[in-house]
Amino acid sequence: MLAKVRAAALLGLEAYPIDVEVDVGGGLPAFAIVGLPDTAVQEAKERVRAAIRNSNYELPSRKITVNLAPADIKKEGPVFDLPMAVGILAATEQIRPQGLGGTLLLGELSLDGAIRPVSGMLSIALAAKAMRLHTLIVPERNAGEAGLVEGITALPAASLLQVVRHLEGLDLIAPHVRPARVPTEPAYDVDFTDIRGQQHARRALEIAAAGGHNLLMVGPPGAGKTMLARRLPTILPALDWDEALDVTRIYSAAGTHLNGGLPALARPFRSPHHTTSSAALIGGGPVPKPGEVTLAHHGVLFLDELPEFHRDVLEVLRQPLEDGFITVARVQSTLTFPARFMLIAAMNPCPCGYHGDGRRECLCTPPQIARYLQRVSGPLLDRIDLHLEVPRVLSQDLLAQTPGEPSAAIRDRVAAARARQHDRFGRGSACNALMSPRQARRQCQLGEEEREFLRSAIERLSLSARAYDRILRIARTIADLDGRHEVTLADLAEAIQYRVFDRPLRLVG
Amino acid sequence: MLSRRLPGPAEELTLEDSAYPAVLREIADPPEPLYVRGTLDEQDRAAVAVVGARRASAYGLAVAEWLGRELVRHRVTVVSGMARGIDGAAHRGALMAGGRTIAVLGCGPDVIYPAEHEDLMGQIIDSGAVVTEFPPGTPPLPHHFPQRNRIISGLSLGVVVVEGRERSGALITADFALDQGREVFAVPGSIFGETSYLPHRLLQEGATPVTTVDDILTELRLPQRVDQIPVLVPALDGVEAIVFALLDFDPQHIDALAERSALPVAEVGRALLVLELRGLVRTLAGQRYARCAK
Repeated sequence: MLAKVRAAALLGLEAYPIDVEVDVGGGLPAFAIVGLPDTAVQEAKERVRAAIRNSNYELPSRKITVNLAPADIKKEGPVFDLPMAVGILAATEQIRPQGLGGTLLLGELSLDGAIRPVSGMLSIALAAKAMRLHTLIVPERNAGEAGLVEGITALPAASLLQVVRHLEGLDLIAPHVRPARVPTEPAYDVDFTDIRGQQHARRALEIAAAGGHNLLMVGPPGAGKTMLARRLPTILPALDWDEALDVTRIYSAAGTHLNGGLPALARPFRSPHHTTSSAALIGGGPVPKPGEVTLAHHGVLFLDELPEFHRDVLEVLRQPLEDGFITVARVQSTLTFPARFMLIAAMNPCPCGYHGDGRRECLCTPPQIARYLQRVSGPLLDRIDLHLEVPRVLSQDLLAQTPGEPSAAIRDRVAAARARQHDRFGRGSACNALMSPRQARRQCQLGEEEREFLRSAIERLSLSARAYDRILRIARTIADLDGRHEVTLADLAEAIQYRVFDRPLRLVG
Repeated sequence: MLSRRLPGPAEELTLEDSAYPAVLREIADPPEPLYVRGTLDEQDRAAVAVVGARRASAYGLAVAEWLGRELVRHRVTVVSGMARGIDGAAHRGALMAGGRTIAVLGCGPDVIYPAEHEDLMGQIIDSGAVVTEFPPGTPPLPHHFPQRNRIISGLSLGVVVVEGRERSGALITADFALDQGREVFAVPGSIFGETSYLPHRLLQEGATPVTTVDDILTELRLPQRVDQIPVLVPALDGVEAIVFALLDFDPQHIDALAERSALPVAEVGRALLVLELRGLVRTLAGQRYARCAK
């Protein structure tokens, strides 16, 4: 007898339909799974066998063949346990399920028949909707995620027995009720109030957040670079619904369940270690999982100790920084992952770390410092608009009783500046950082005096040629923060402060 | 690393030339010819050398810069070796206060060493002289430096040792100074600092301690000038004037300036940039700012 159960599998961030076909027939007793299963799928035999027996059904001593169609795509993981078990019970006529054709089943079985959660449920629910399957039987802990998709009825199931009784119409599972969309404030563990002093750095981070500019911090150990970076997501505007779904989907596919099935509210913050491989950064595995750049989508990617990263690792960042997505090519398939993040990097000013500290002796010679700075490659530096030097906090600031300004207040100003940019560029994630040099010149109409000031500043400070357009972009954001259309001389003067890498002598000397 | 070269010839002075520094002529083995870039002046008779470690502490650098500044304000020429660390800071201090300074090189007069002192070398030539006994094109070889140290002490009435480790070129300069009958001064440092070794040993052996510039002037019987070189007061208004008034010769971080002025850091930053473009402010690594006297 033959049974067919609908399921789905994940490829990258997209899910595609899988039919689990089970045939039970004569021949020597056997249990075979075909359709390019990986080891985890093969091992399903043992889980399914035990789960069926422990649910008081039996696995007959006949030839059981399970086919996962289409047969030309590799299948991964334990998600097919539940559809296989249901298929076997139906094929052996131990149960008489109703409406199996219109229901999608997914779940990992434990040996006692309980159902364990799986990854990528949000993608699968979206795919199910596209397949016009509106009823999903999902692991209890995934129900919230599946229920985020409108028009999908998610039935949370705790055990194989419960699923069987529901399919036989004996005990119907109550559908998951989607909580109302409450636009709550994102909750972060950290806040800008924690930061004492560092007025200059605070201002630079606010500008970076307002214009979506990438940022590089140079400073001695203990300056609080990591502390500042961690707080950048807290001043970015809250995620809107679509962005929240994007983020939830990525984390769900990566196997990390956020926020108990509710959509993510906080912007992601990822800080891969400098020994990270390029595969971990862009996504890897035989069926690629999202990498760090994708996990940072709509959030912040923080690279501490930038010069310590391998050159080829930093090289792979160029595509996401340029295009907002990353392409991962494999023999089987080429996948595209979204990767639109703000890059924030940090580094010491010299190999020993104390150059320019003023309170501790630096042991490096200028050529050593120059060589160290050169390890940050030009093409990457080209994509970073703001550079700033972060000092160690003055001890009187640490002792000061007044806490710094809270993130929420800064976030309001950032949101207002972003709103001005939306009006200018239209909806979407367009921001000042994405302006081309031509756009930047059009959006910053400089007067005669301003033009002359900028020209003389570039000459006197021997700024490099690429500085010009970067200064315009930053000045545009400063004006937006101030709610002005015109870019003034003061905006330009402040913007120049954030281009320390264009002034190599100052960093070395 | 290939050294960069300055274009154009250097002046060659023989012992017979009237421009040849008189004090240098007195020493046992005066250099001949003496290659000169820039100008030697009658005023350089009153000269004091400030020497010390290349890898100096922040304290040592501040002392050297301060000494350079204070000495020239009393019309004393500052002599040093244009090396990294103490030497460079002493020259810079002298230049900041708009005084005269002479650098004695361990290489040819057209060789820029160390390379990052290219700008400094140009300023020294404009406000004093770069001198050497090595012909053009001579690379900065290690054994040149002890040898040139006798010219540093030879050009000066006294030698101030700011910082130095156990084996330091500054010790050689001090030895030459004693042989040539010049005064030796030393600036006390922390007894825990390894760069304090040499000045403290010299003090134990009888060098004159320096805690103010008067200690040097009195010992060398140099006049204390009442007509000190004035500190420049430019015409400024608004935020720039407030920020400029807070600036000192000791570098301060932008956050400290913002706090002291009670102005938003963004405004202070803008003012500092404008001041820098006008040549009134010097910016250092770590977003620190100091006043330029010139």
